[in-house]
Amino acid sequence: MMTRPRLTPLLAFVVLVCLTLVPLVTTRSDHLNLLILILLGVLLAQSWNILAGFAGQINLGHAAFFGLGALTTRLLWLEGWPIALALSAGGVMALLFGLLIGAPAFRLRGAYFAIGTLGLAEILRITVGNLLPVISAMPADYVARYSLIPRYYLFLGLAGLCTATSWLLGRSRLGYGLLALREDEDAAEASGVSTLRHKLLALSLSTLFVGIAGGAFAFYHASYYYQHPFSPSWTFEALLMTFIGGVGTPVGPILGAIFYVVVKEVLAVRLLEMHLLIFGSIFILVVLVLPGGLIQAATRLRGWLPSGGSRRWGQP
Amino acid sequence: MSLLPQQIVYGLLVGSLYGLAATGLSLVFGVLKILNVAHGELIMLGGYASFWIVALLDVDPFLSLLFTLPVMLVVGFFLYHGLFTFVAASAEEARIRNSLLIGFGLALVFHNLAILLWTADERGITTAYSGQVIRVLGLAFPIMRLGGLAAAFLVILGLHGFLHRTYLGKAIRATAEDWEAAALMGINIDTTYRVAFAVSVATAGIAGTLVTIGYSVSPSIGLEWTLKALIVVVLAGLGSMMGTFVGGLLLGVAESASTILLGGAYREVVGLILFLVILLARPQGLFGR
Repeated sequence: MMTRPRLTPLLAFVVLVCLTLVPLVTTRSDHLNLLILILLGVLLAQSWNILAGFAGQINLGHAAFFGLGALTTRLLWLEGWPIALALSAGGVMALLFGLLIGAPAFRLRGAYFAIGTLGLAEILRITVGNLLPVISAMPADYVARYSLIPRYYLFLGLAGLCTATSWLLGRSRLGYGLLALREDEDAAEASGVSTLRHKLLALSLSTLFVGIAGGAFAFYHASYYYQHPFSPSWTFEALLMTFIGGVGTPVGPILGAIFYVVVKEVLAVRLLEMHLLIFGSIFILVVLVLPGGLIQAATRLRGWLPSGGSRRWGQP
Repeated sequence: MSLLPQQIVYGLLVGSLYGLAATGLSLVFGVLKILNVAHGELIMLGGYASFWIVALLDVDPFLSLLFTLPVMLVVGFFLYHGLFTFVAASAEEARIRNSLLIGFGLALVFHNLAILLWTADERGITTAYSGQVIRVLGLAFPIMRLGGLAAAFLVILGLHGFLHRTYLGKAIRATAEDWEAAALMGINIDTTYRVAFAVSVATAGIAGTLVTIGYSVSPSIGLEWTLKALIVVVLAGLGSMMGTFVGGLLLGVAESASTILLGGAYREVVGLILFLVILLARPQGLFGR
């Protein structure tokens, strides 16, 4: 029987190769767009998971950092900056705002960080809506040069990188420190884990990735309201996908993103408002009875099957 | 010339509702040590309950509280038993986290359920005397909002009396102070949790009714009111109903006064920035211990 640490990188490699080959098989824009939606979902959920799953800190303003990345990248890119530079700037901007709120809020325990980020997201959403109440449209020469395939590879690369980071984190000293503080801050501190430093590092990684994801969103969309990436729905989606898939694991957010995006697309055809009602209910159920999400459900099924799998599958 | 005083009046009127919205959140946060981020959605549900009872039975909107209050108590009872007993049973460290998650899921469910059932339209309650305004010293006091302020103040006064004069109220305060000591003194912690939660949901329902009477209700007001309540809780700290009420008035006045300087567009931002500054600089609140 193969053990998990060998299986996962191999499987990930195969999936990655398959996804890399997709544009050679199909260039239909609906196929690529659906995959991009899923990859964006993976990025949102995976980056949120780095902070919540490992460090146990609930960020209720993920949209703030996504929006900051989108806004910074979009403005710089339309100014004529190369996209790689504009994306990096977007990530750094999100990271800086993350530290701005995290550095003071993490000194206090409890709900301060969660409600602080919630407040920050609303401040930014309203302010950006007031200052830039217009649609940001790509200029004609940008539209003429537009191609979906490089966008697809950008999202694929970022989602892969973020997942790899999350996977490595689970095997690193930093990751173990985060898990320790998630379980018991006093005990972690007593064992020599600097909880503040660890939380800030996890927050930096999380906001950096979601900021760049916002930048990729700005690079991808021909036109959108500047305010749109700041909408709380981005935070909702990150939470729903992470928890439904399985919080605290690198695979959970991927499963969650696939499940969420596909079910949402199916429901959107018939019942537009139903999907959040359904996902909200699933989310509550997951938190109450299945805190490991789909991954835990899979584990239980495996445990019941006679062949039996490792019961620790999917545990961080 | 009377621009500023008039804005202050409007600020006090809306601020009384901020205070009322915050008392429920503050009570549950203080006693159960959980943060219910679906509090704004409960306000929204209370608003719809009153809207429908007025629309269907054509009763006076203030009398609709006689219906909304028991309904919200039942809602609170089921929410506590269905979801929050689980949260209250978790260990101290996980409690806040679980309550945030459950509250977040609930907010999503209530918000979308309301859109599905009642559409996303804004609704208000209009009566024969809705448009009336009392004028004192050249200042306008819209009668519905004045009624809202009076009702909010009465509810908070009643709550204050309940917490200080009755056995159950004192038990709730003792539990908030130190639940282990309270349990050792023979206080039934489960009962105090249940009552505190139900009272919190009931005050949210009353706040929702008064919001619908004085302003309007729509499925999307939840997040806004959760934030208002959070701002006031952070502003006023925990432990005092009167402090919370004054905190609400302060927030209302600060918002209204800011519209003179910055215009209405930044009204929501002013409170939130105040909130972040206090959260980061003085997290125990202005009136906190």
